Amino acid sequence: MTLPKVVRGRAWKFGDNIDTDQVIPAKYAIYSLDEKELGKHAMEGVPGRDTWASQVTEGDIMVGGSNFGCGSSREIAPVAIRGAGISLVIADSFARIFFRNAINMGYPILQSPQASEAVEDGDELEVDLEHGIIRNFTKGDEYRCEAFPQFMNELLRMGGLVPWVRKQLEERRRMAASRG
Amino acid sequence: MGMTMTEKILARGAGRESVRPGDLVLAKVDFAMGHDLTIPPAGKIMREQMGAEKIWDPDRVAVTQDHFQPAKDAASATLGRLTREFSHQMGVKWYFEVGQGGICHTVLPENGLVLPGELVVGADSHSCTYGALNNFATGIGSTDLACVFALGELWFRVPESLKFIYHNRLKEWVEAKDLILYVIGQIGVDGARSKAMEHTGEALRHIDMEARLTMTNMAIEAGAKNGIMEFDQVTKQYLDGRAKRPYTPVTSDPDSEYEKVFEFDAEKVELGVAKPMSPDNYAPLSEVAGTRLDQVFIGSCTNSRITDLRRAAAVLEGHKVAPGVRLIITPSSHQVAIQAEKEGLIGTFLAAGAAWTTATCGACLGGHMGVLGEGEVCLSTTNRNFPGRMGHPKAMVYLSNPAVAAASAVAGVITHPSEVLEKMPAGLA
Repeated sequence: MTLPKVVRGRAWKFGDNIDTDQVIPAKYAIYSLDEKELGKHAMEGVPGRDTWASQVTEGDIMVGGSNFGCGSSREIAPVAIRGAGISLVIADSFARIFFRNAINMGYPILQSPQASEAVEDGDELEVDLEHGIIRNFTKGDEYRCEAFPQFMNELLRMGGLVPWVRKQLEERRRMAASRG
Repeated sequence: MGMTMTEKILARGAGRESVRPGDLVLAKVDFAMGHDLTIPPAGKIMREQMGAEKIWDPDRVAVTQDHFQPAKDAASATLGRLTREFSHQMGVKWYFEVGQGGICHTVLPENGLVLPGELVVGADSHSCTYGALNNFATGIGSTDLACVFALGELWFRVPESLKFIYHNRLKEWVEAKDLILYVIGQIGVDGARSKAMEHTGEALRHIDMEARLTMTNMAIEAGAKNGIMEFDQVTKQYLDGRAKRPYTPVTSDPDSEYEKVFEFDAEKVELGVAKPMSPDNYAPLSEVAGTRLDQVFIGSCTNSRITDLRRAAAVLEGHKVAPGVRLIITPSSHQVAIQAEKEGLIGTFLAAGAAWTTATCGACLGGHMGVLGEGEVCLSTTNRNFPGRMGHPKAMVYLSNPAVAAASAVAGVITHPSEVLEKMPAGLA
């Protein structure tokens, strides 16, 4: 899976410190291996958003506040958001394990305090992933994203940690074979 | 320029002379952990997607059956089975079956599996707990764990370090839990986001290893990558007879760099709670005393080791749980349960009218054995109280230390333990 260059969609706005138990309540961890089922319950723990997942159109964009995805290390948090049909997540800042998990999955996330501040629920957005630019058609605004370190970009471009590990394993096997 | 403990461990893992905050490194892992919620996806990713056939070093892996085990329903039985099969097929040396292990973050330290100077990862956010034993320990996801299983290495961003100095000693009744709740209240749930929390100072020299583990356990509640403490006599005594490998402690250089230094007078810290619905919503106990409760939960990797249970039992001895309140006590490991049985603590709990359960994460994450309903109010010795953490999103959860929890169960409302017990017995205070 490679990253799309440009993504367009409706913005779904969430607040600060949205933790992983709100993203996907722990009781749904029994569906850890079923992305679609997790997706049906995404954000169900956010007060007032218990039917949110059913309103998402494939490709929509999530915009969170600061410390998005704090709490547990469960990778089912970004998996559930992706499973709900969200194409990428923008936030003022991300909690570190959520951040790692998304990058490792090859799932695009963007840090943009500007967008997090200005975007409102329902705004139409276009995200240029290659150049890190977010356009807000509803407001006629444009926002910048913070650049990631090179290795993280490389992982995202490759499609995450899985292809990277496959490559490492192949190299190790080749080296072991050449040593006879 | 010198290095902090965290930087030294990451530098050694990366095979480099030195690292600086912000560096991205590939580092060798000394020990890795997963459990019944994170092993099934990690195993699947490792074998089916990454194409790895075996674990890099099965002697350096622990797996626990703790989150939804003993299985709470058929689906979690499947997760338990996948976890068991994977561990067996991979030859995982430190596999802990139901009834023989307990919560990962109690089991690993008590078995001497996570040691000073080591680089430890766990597919669970509270893996930062182990740092009290002078190692770098951090929580990772399942794809991360699959990578570690396949390669024995993982990528890390070297964190900036924050130093927390605790002057003087904690006063009577005030525990490590109160101190860390106070600190998180001061800096916020993202106050240490992606950074290292290095704890030091006189107050720590006077608290035991279990209390220290309570503090590093909650590093993640301030958003930290890891919590870490110095090696001293307390560390050494805890590890003597337990450590499964030789180890080399690390110290921070005197000229190491900290992004910020926080200083606290431990003597001024009051008994406190985190109010609903965030671990940084700190309040002194006096502000919430009298709050009516439906449930009290003493459990979790934060506060259900043997010293926690001893303090709870001291408070409960000769008392009954108040009508209208249920008290659930869940030891954090099988070893803790055995010790509690030896010391007669379980008899005290049962006589008081508490529900005593097997060692599991249980109610802490709203899994089973104490899930909260809509509008219910709970006082819990656990680590986080974000909306929905223990059940219904409209349940209200307060966090406290075990003595406050026990006293509040007796009173039926949030209560200072001195109202139930005149003085904490020597050795438990």
